[in-house]
Amino acid sequence: MKINNITFVEAINSALQISMEIDNKVICYGLGATDPKGIFGTTIGLEEKFGNERVFDTPTSENAMTGIGIGAAIAGYKTIMTHQRLDFFLLAMDQLVNGAAKMHYMFDGQLTVPITIRLIIGRGWGQGPTHSQNLQSWFAHIPGLKVVMPSTPSDAKGLLLSSIFDPDPVLFLEHRWLHNSIGEVRDGDYRIPLGKANLITKGNDLTIVSMSYMTVEALIAQKYLEKIGIAIDIIDLRSVKPIDFSCIINSLRVTGKILVLDTGVSTCSIASEIISQIAINHSNLLDRPPSRITMPDVPEPTSYGLTKDFYPRANQIVERVCEMLRIEGSKLIDEMPVISPHDVPGDWFKGPF
Amino acid sequence: MKEPKKKSKFLDNQKLKDLFYMMKKIRLVEERIALEYPKNEIRCPTHLSIGQEGVPAALSIVLNNADYAVSTHRGHAHYLSKGGNLNKMIAEIYGKKSGCSGGKGGSMHLIDKDVGFMGTSAIVGNSIPVGVGLGLALKLNKTKNVSCIFLGDGAIEEGSFYESLNFAVLKELPVIFICENNLYSVYSPLSVRQPKNRNIMDLANSIGAHTYYADGNDVINSYTCLDSIISKIKSEDICPWFIEFETYRWREHCGYQFDNDLGYRSVEEYEKWKKRDPITLFENNLKEYFADFDLSQLDQITDKVTSEIDVAFEKAKKDTYPEKTEAFKNIYSNEI
Ligand SMILES: Cc1ncc(C[n+]2csc(CCOP(=O)(O)OP(=O)(O)O)c2C)c(N)n1
Ligand SMILES: [Mg+2]
Repeated sequence: MKINNITFVEAINSALQISMEIDNKVICYGLGATDPKGIFGTTIGLEEKFGNERVFDTPTSENAMTGIGIGAAIAGYKTIMTHQRLDFFLLAMDQLVNGAAKMHYMFDGQLTVPITIRLIIGRGWGQGPTHSQNLQSWFAHIPGLKVVMPSTPSDAKGLLLSSIFDPDPVLFLEHRWLHNSIGEVRDGDYRIPLGKANLITKGNDLTIVSMSYMTVEALIAQKYLEKIGIAIDIIDLRSVKPIDFSCIINSLRVTGKILVLDTGVSTCSIASEIISQIAINHSNLLDRPPSRITMPDVPEPTSYGLTKDFYPRANQIVERVCEMLRIEGSKLIDEMPVISPHDVPGDWFKGPF
Repeated sequence: MKEPKKKSKFLDNQKLKDLFYMMKKIRLVEERIALEYPKNEIRCPTHLSIGQEGVPAALSIVLNNADYAVSTHRGHAHYLSKGGNLNKMIAEIYGKKSGCSGGKGGSMHLIDKDVGFMGTSAIVGNSIPVGVGLGLALKLNKTKNVSCIFLGDGAIEEGSFYESLNFAVLKELPVIFICENNLYSVYSPLSVRQPKNRNIMDLANSIGAHTYYADGNDVINSYTCLDSIISKIKSEDICPWFIEFETYRWREHCGYQFDNDLGYRSVEEYEKWKKRDPITLFENNLKEYFADFDLSQLDQITDKVTSEIDVAFEKAKKDTYPEKTEAFKNIYSNEI
């Protein structure tokens, strides 16, 4: 088994290729899927390899293209559809909520809808109120949908392959700030089960539950906290619907403290759901009130000036963990580098997307 | 273009019987539902197709089980015309265990996969792209079949209609849009919904569909036009098609009653359309154009239909409701 260091984008591309190689019923489309940029590079080369019947660009018709994907899916195809922004997909809520999510149920199991909808989410670099929304909790709210949010290249590949071959509709949310991240990724076909979280660091002091890009920030925070002897369990959710509560609870039994990070705004968030379930069913395990760090409950502004201190980052996580553990942490936070500019994941990011 | 009036030479005795059978079946099923509805045992919104039997009956003899169809809130007639199982439909309307959707769907969510009837939707415009997607699958499969999309005159006002037809034209999909223009969306006449001098067929034509306009209450004409269009799709790959059929619903939009007293449409209008009852028109046509046809066959068909309906209602009423635990099943294909 070969392992390569590749980007998140390459990992997605690899999963798409593998799925289309092993199953000729997989079709893949989206606005820009076959253009020179290939949806941030994720769909590059697919049309050449698999032909324009199975891989194609589409009209700017998000709602119908979702329904068309559903129609093909109930007729035996496995549809992969991509939107360069989650926000564009909001025009397709009828097909998603009244269609894809309901068909298996309302026809009593006679139809299955194997459709994977890739949605790119993000933050920063002037994306502003309508090009950056992290609406995972909308989708998680709908019975019948599964929602996946990978945080590493390796997970992206294994989870995408599972999503494509899952019989039910899956929303697959890719954070734009992860696209250029590099990680070790296995060659060939492998699957990471949906609905199972990943314990990525082990520690007894506190449990951080995280998803997607926030896991990157959590890992930075964890390294600093380690320096002063604080050991953190970081649970990367991988799927936010269904949520792997048994993994969270096992950790909580040891730590008694939980901090949930969410890439979305706070009200009715995935973080809210996790905390409410823990509070209702497992308050005996808690020796501190649970806590969460999310985006603020406002639309994301565009201006560089307005987004200063807007995005939760590792230093905020360190600060919160110290508070929860009743440790003086200001010295540690002072040591952490100030990230500048504040609205990009790294130097490589030059916009416009 | 408006169609010329002519009768098909290709309608043999069997086809004529089949047309009558399906129209009568739809009419009598709907009338029985109307009769039973006030008893409150049927407990879901129900949209009847009385007055609109012609188009579905015509389709019933031109489609086969490998062709697909999807439909709307007003879907009983379409389900039956595609060959959907009557007992399962009535049981579904009664919310019973043996219903075609296990009681989870009701009147507005009918399905019979065995005959290619892939579901109805209670959301106006919702099943249109699904039907186009079925057409995409047929094209990818390279089989000679069609996907048939039933829709109303109201549905063409939805964005999903434009988006879907655009894509069907773009990809030349084997899809046929069957638009039953009954002049109303609930109580709203076309005049408050669509510009006066634009007709629906022309709109579809301007998007690029092959189009045709026909009198949907004339089942023989509807058959003639559908038969030739379906064969154009299947043997010449000429597609997609959009056919506008004029027709009229007799009873209230949702429910079993007549509602002319509400005043949203005139009694004269209603009476005019009632005179053009698709079943009576067909019987007159038989006498006029098919002198060889033995009219006594019609009574036999009516008897057959009546007893099928008796059985279906009897079974449905006797059947049990699904266990309440069933409500928690089939949310996902692989329970997680
Ligand atoms: C998206 C949506 N909007 C409104 C409704 C309410 N509604 C149910 S049926 C109907 C009328 C649709 O008219 P048409 O498409 O002409 O079908 P008809 O009832 O005449 O058969 C409406 C507006 C709905 N079900 N879905
Ligand atoms: Mg109408």
